[in-house]
Amino acid sequence: MNALELRDVTICPSATRVPLFAPLTLHVPAGSVTTIIGASGVGKSTLIDFIGGHLSAGFEASGQVTLNGRDVTRLPAEARRIGILFQDALLFPHLSVGDNLAFGLDRAVHGRARRRAAVDAALDQAGLTGFYDRDPATLSGGQRARAALMRTLLAEPQALLLDEPFSKLDPDRRADLRAFVFDHVRDRAVPVLMVSHDAEDAAAASGPLIALE
Amino acid sequence: MRNTEGRWLRLTVLGIVSAGLVLPILAGLWETARAAFGLLPAIGAETLSFDPWRQLLALPGFMTSLRLTLWTGFASTLLALAIATGFCAAMHERMDMGHSARLLTPFLAAPHAALAIGLAFLIAPSGWIARLLSPWATGWVLPPDLATVRDPYGIALILGLLIKEVPFFLLVMLAALSQVQVRAHLAAGRALGYGRGLVWIKVIAPQVYPLIRLPVFVVLSFALSVVDMAIILGPSNPPTLAVAMTRWFFAADTMLILPASAAALMQTVLVGTAILLWLGAERVAIWLGRFWVRRGGRGLSSGPGLALAGAGAVILMLLGAAALLALLIWSVTWRWPFPDALPESWSLRAWSRPSMGWGTALRETLAIGLATTALSLTLAIAWLEGEDRAGMSRARWAEGLIYLPLLVPQVAFLYGLSVTFLRTGISGGVVAVIWGHALFVFPYVMIALSDPWRALDRRMVRAAAALGAGPLRRLFAVKLPMQLRPVLTAAAIGFAVSVAQYLPTLFLGAGRIATLTTEAVTLSSGSDRRVTGVYAVLQAALPFAAYAAALMLPALLLRRRLGLAGAAP
Repeated sequence: MNALELRDVTICPSATRVPLFAPLTLHVPAGSVTTIIGASGVGKSTLIDFIGGHLSAGFEASGQVTLNGRDVTRLPAEARRIGILFQDALLFPHLSVGDNLAFGLDRAVHGRARRRAAVDAALDQAGLTGFYDRDPATLSGGQRARAALMRTLLAEPQALLLDEPFSKLDPDRRADLRAFVFDHVRDRAVPVLMVSHDAEDAAAASGPLIALE
Repeated sequence: MRNTEGRWLRLTVLGIVSAGLVLPILAGLWETARAAFGLLPAIGAETLSFDPWRQLLALPGFMTSLRLTLWTGFASTLLALAIATGFCAAMHERMDMGHSARLLTPFLAAPHAALAIGLAFLIAPSGWIARLLSPWATGWVLPPDLATVRDPYGIALILGLLIKEVPFFLLVMLAALSQVQVRAHLAAGRALGYGRGLVWIKVIAPQVYPLIRLPVFVVLSFALSVVDMAIILGPSNPPTLAVAMTRWFFAADTMLILPASAAALMQTVLVGTAILLWLGAERVAIWLGRFWVRRGGRGLSSGPGLALAGAGAVILMLLGAAALLALLIWSVTWRWPFPDALPESWSLRAWSRPSMGWGTALRETLAIGLATTALSLTLAIAWLEGEDRAGMSRARWAEGLIYLPLLVPQVAFLYGLSVTFLRTGISGGVVAVIWGHALFVFPYVMIALSDPWRALDRRMVRAAAALGAGPLRRLFAVKLPMQLRPVLTAAAIGFAVSVAQYLPTLFLGAGRIATLTTEAVTLSSGSDRRVTGVYAVLQAALPFAAYAAALMLPALLLRRRLGLAGAAP
């Protein structure tokens, strides 16, 4: 039952009205990573924006996005419960690493001590023990990416979108982080959709593969 | 679908801006126009006629005032533009945006009135410069009988305007230059055999000018209509048109209000015509420039002109700094006989009794400034947030709306606005003055905040939304903290603008509200430089304090956040 579904999704720039890709219908089951692969510029990131509710003005879309049977197409981004891991970590520069995670942590976790414990546990999992008060700007690229994943997971998303999350890392770090991310998201048993132009990403995801043209 | 997001916010902001900013200006112009044609029931004038205009033309010195206004307005604006352009051409490669902006800040922050009073203390026959040169160089043992301040040609007024306008132009030019590929175009031009100065004039300046056009018009309108600086530095008999009509508005003979209103209406037309003339001159300059460019003259010898402009800018800044220093020295002087270079004896007596007046004025200035800034900042943030939510860029008419209060001369509508306020019962109080100040504070806050607000990384906001943060949380927990520096800078600019306001306080306070500025301008015609110095120092100190706070607070609050220090990506 838990699945992210796209039905006849098309997106076109308002200016040209030429669709970026053919109407897309897609079933993303929970517990595995589905990969959409395509050359850069084909509209992969725009598709992610649309599913997450972040489509920029200047684009028009049609079609339907349902999550666990619920139509989310018209919901604002913050109400969809769809987490996104972007190309950059996008940690908020004015908050410490720990406060970034606390920003993401689900409201359902009550009490100062329990919230702090949840954040600390996530930091431990990310190999960032004791990093609560650190400035995000002082972290390495890999550390930032892990912190960003933890921030996303703490929000308890019901689906996850990965927008080329490894493309900006060094090749040797990429494999480590890929393993780290996939291990964590498979545990969650939520639908995961990744877009990438890297065949290695797709192979590592070891899930269904869709080519976007 | 997206354009409906934040629609209520946008409608509310538009409503407040229309009712709070545009309507008062229109109502003020309307009342002024009625009075200009003989309709002002409050003083018993109830017949429509051209008499006010006839009276105006017959008032002594009218034509001289008009000539003086045009001369000082155009001369100061053109000179300021030329000096700033030359300075940029000579110095741009050695300037970096952050340092230059900090260097310019004191001149942008210093209120016109304080700077004018300081300049008078400096260049008057008995001023500091004469004292420094006497008697060894000049032989003067008494102040010479020269009109170096309030001279009939308005030279002192032009000088004062230049000290304020050149730094302003430098700031807007630096911002504009960051959008132009200066280095590449300079290299390309010089590789074709053009001298550096000529590349600037033929290649860079034409790219920069369109970006700074609105600020140029703001300066032109201001220079043609300035009152406080013209009272202090300009000729007094006859004065510039704006000063003359301010006197008529407040004259004991209330019937003079009618010709004053005619003059105020004329001032609007004057500024409008001046802008049209300027636009015409632009066309001519473009035509001539094209002709000149096609001839291909390389002009290797434009160096001296640039050096002159550069030196001019430096001299103006030194004069400005010395003027502010002169204020401070006079405020702690006890005896300072001519031609001594420094006071003979010092005293804090002028400062010692705040209850004598400056305490009250300081409190009023602070309260009005803080209230106005808070209101304007809130409105500006609401406006920008509305644009964000709709994902819209700003329409041209909206940009025009923001600039409107800066383009319409203050003298032209403030009397009419006071009449409207009187009729609606909000006249003469602190509320009316705050409202009046906000008309001019809001545009500057909006202009200062718009670019940094747009430069915010939108993906940060998306990341927050993807984590479940709603619009309010995104604004207060992500955008505003990340924008702390620009928000505080905009607040400091707004506060400085409020502190410097003279006419709105005068007209809308109905003489009951005395701020540091109104008091300083009134005292400037008196003889006690010590007391005047105290008011002027305080008037200049408030904006400085605001700018210092805007600089230091983020450094303090964000000292452990390298990502916001501007260094890290």
